[in-house]
Amino acid sequence: MSPLNIKKSASSHSAYELRDPNAPVIETHTLAVIVENEPGVLARVIGLFTARGYNIDSLTVAEVDHTSHRSRITVVTTGTPEVIVQIKAQLARMVPVYEVHDLTVEGPAVQRELALLKVAGKGEARIEALRLAEIFRAHVVDSTLESFVFEMTGTPEKIDSFAELMRPLGLREMARTGVAALSRGV
Amino acid sequence: MTRQMTGARMVVQALKDQGVEVVFGYPGGAVLPIYDEIFQQNDIRHILVRHEQGAIHMAEGYARSTGKVGVALVTSGPGATNAVTGLTDALLDSIPLVVLTGQVPTFMIGTDAFQEADTIGITRPCTKHNWLVKDTEKLSETIHQAFHVASHGRPGPVLIDIPKDVQFATGTYTPMEKTRVSHYQPRVKGDPEAIAAMVEMMETAERPVFYTGGGVINSGVKASALLREFVAATGFPITSTLMGLGAYPASGTAWLGMLGMHGLYEANLAMHGCDLMINIGARFDDRITGRIPDFSPHSKKVHVDIDPSSINKVIRVDVGIVGDIAHVLEEALALWKSRGSRVNKVGLAKWWAQIATWRAVKCLGYKGSTKVIKPQYALERLEALTKGMDRYITTEVGQHQMWAAQYLGFEAPNRWMTSGGLGTMGYGLPASIGVQIAHPDSLVINVAGEASWLMNMQEMGTAMQFRAPVKQFILNNERLGMVRQWQELLHGERYSQSWSESLPDFVKLAEAFGCKGVQVTDPKDLDDAIMEMIRYDGPFIFDCRVEKHENCFPMIPSGKPHNEMLLGDADTQGVIGAKGAVLV
Repeated sequence: MSPLNIKKSASSHSAYELRDPNAPVIETHTLAVIVENEPGVLARVIGLFTARGYNIDSLTVAEVDHTSHRSRITVVTTGTPEVIVQIKAQLARMVPVYEVHDLTVEGPAVQRELALLKVAGKGEARIEALRLAEIFRAHVVDSTLESFVFEMTGTPEKIDSFAELMRPLGLREMARTGVAALSRGV
Repeated sequence: MTRQMTGARMVVQALKDQGVEVVFGYPGGAVLPIYDEIFQQNDIRHILVRHEQGAIHMAEGYARSTGKVGVALVTSGPGATNAVTGLTDALLDSIPLVVLTGQVPTFMIGTDAFQEADTIGITRPCTKHNWLVKDTEKLSETIHQAFHVASHGRPGPVLIDIPKDVQFATGTYTPMEKTRVSHYQPRVKGDPEAIAAMVEMMETAERPVFYTGGGVINSGVKASALLREFVAATGFPITSTLMGLGAYPASGTAWLGMLGMHGLYEANLAMHGCDLMINIGARFDDRITGRIPDFSPHSKKVHVDIDPSSINKVIRVDVGIVGDIAHVLEEALALWKSRGSRVNKVGLAKWWAQIATWRAVKCLGYKGSTKVIKPQYALERLEALTKGMDRYITTEVGQHQMWAAQYLGFEAPNRWMTSGGLGTMGYGLPASIGVQIAHPDSLVINVAGEASWLMNMQEMGTAMQFRAPVKQFILNNERLGMVRQWQELLHGERYSQSWSESLPDFVKLAEAFGCKGVQVTDPKDLDDAIMEMIRYDGPFIFDCRVEKHENCFPMIPSGKPHNEMLLGDADTQGVIGAKGAVLV
């Protein structure tokens, strides 16, 4: 068809396959983004993720320095290594962003999440829930004759496994804060 | 020195301090205090547009042709939403703009007040940054910051939303030099190690090519001068994206012409066959790369860009250099010279011999006609008759835009204004006015298609009012030519909605606006009519009736690599597969 008689390559890839969400290696990274706490800064960061099709697994934000108005956004995201690099570059070039730290690659980091779980039950199930809570170091922060509210902090995985155990014992509701993370050492 | 003044006066004062000479705008309820201040001064010229989209495109044309920041002023609600297309256009093409929008008073925000829109929310994804100023005390500082952000790093549009009560209230004016220009200080100097790596690769490369883009223009005239020096010294061939035309002169010996989907055969094959690609200020756009896995498969790639997120976004490169083009080129050139100005002479000679065979294909050839005007011929004549003049070209979007890029030669930067990234039909006419306002004595021509041109033709009123003698060179094929071409290639020649029905009589339209128009149908009359257009003192509408079904070639069909270009006489049926058809 081409007048040049150049043999066509056998490849059938299209130009857009770079962003294929099903690409082989998917990594999970925890990013700490230090931003100017100005109006709309969170919407800006979230907007970047939605506009470019990046994932947000968890997101927390709060002002951490009241004098200089710095907020820390901790975002857990997944993607191919190329996408993770892009996410960091895209975040770093935003005007209100001061620093972007990839806690997953910058060395060991501690990650914690707080969860509240409401578990309702009677008899054996109620006692079992309390016993498991003790093992997981969850605190009872509210109690009625038919329910507990447990408070626990830990890694997201720990909270997941506690919630799994509570499900058959009468887990009614759960609230989670999302991950906060800091690098270890100085 | 602290000075008390109203927010509205602050706006005008801050613009003056920033050296702003022209504001493109349209008044409305929420910006009346600012317009009142504009009325009472003569330092800043206000260009009254006919539609807010026109204001943004004019500011873009002004910015692109001067290297300054373009400024626009519009009202709240519809004024702001009408600006959105222009803002997105400027964002994608990295054009520095400061856009001021009025907003309903702070105490009415959120009440669905008259002409209220969430301007900050709407424009957040289409600006580099935006601010809602709720306190007059912070207004002047915000404006100075806005100019800093718009013009530093990768340039782009910024927006400041100013509620009406903030314009009325009194506050302290913060002068420019006392403004905290925030932490926003993007890196301009490239990493010396990366620059050294690039220079080493340049010394041994057998088949190098410079691939340059709009970043060279944005970096300033010095970047273009350094690029020319580098190309001349190394003898490497150079191609450029649509946005980068003029950084290297079209008459230069190393010039391969534009690359990409409608780029020149020699440029695309050089990109495909090179062993070293030096990308300077371009972003591997999908119009350039074609099918990613087959994009220049055997080359080492260097990418110089001021925006770190551009590097490795689409194409993985071997060396990435984050920095301002002029800074990086200066250091690279100095290092290359200090190491003995070495190049692989044998390899280069063979490479140029290869390029000569590609050039010999003469990919811009077309079948001439004595009966109808071929659009390519019209542009060849325009080029021949205006070459060497103090000339600026803008375009609309479509076939005419690609033909203009192919058949017109650009010798200097900032002379070519076109909507590259967003592909905004309706860009060219207002952009040409913005250029003309900046360069009142130059020849400014908007190469247009009739369909694009109609999208913002109301701005002819602006051209008349402000005596901007812009020349509207309309290649009228009574078709949405590029859409029609794709329908021919991809959709079985079913030309769905791609013809221009009920077109106005452009000559009478020109008369209605108070300027001059001419219609040309015979190739013999073309030269005289073009000369009449150039000589006419005032805006001019040139209705150039051209061949209706001419296709734009060369063309890399969607989803194909560079070495599968179609030339003019190709059998175009079925060349784009189902996968390519999904692409745009």
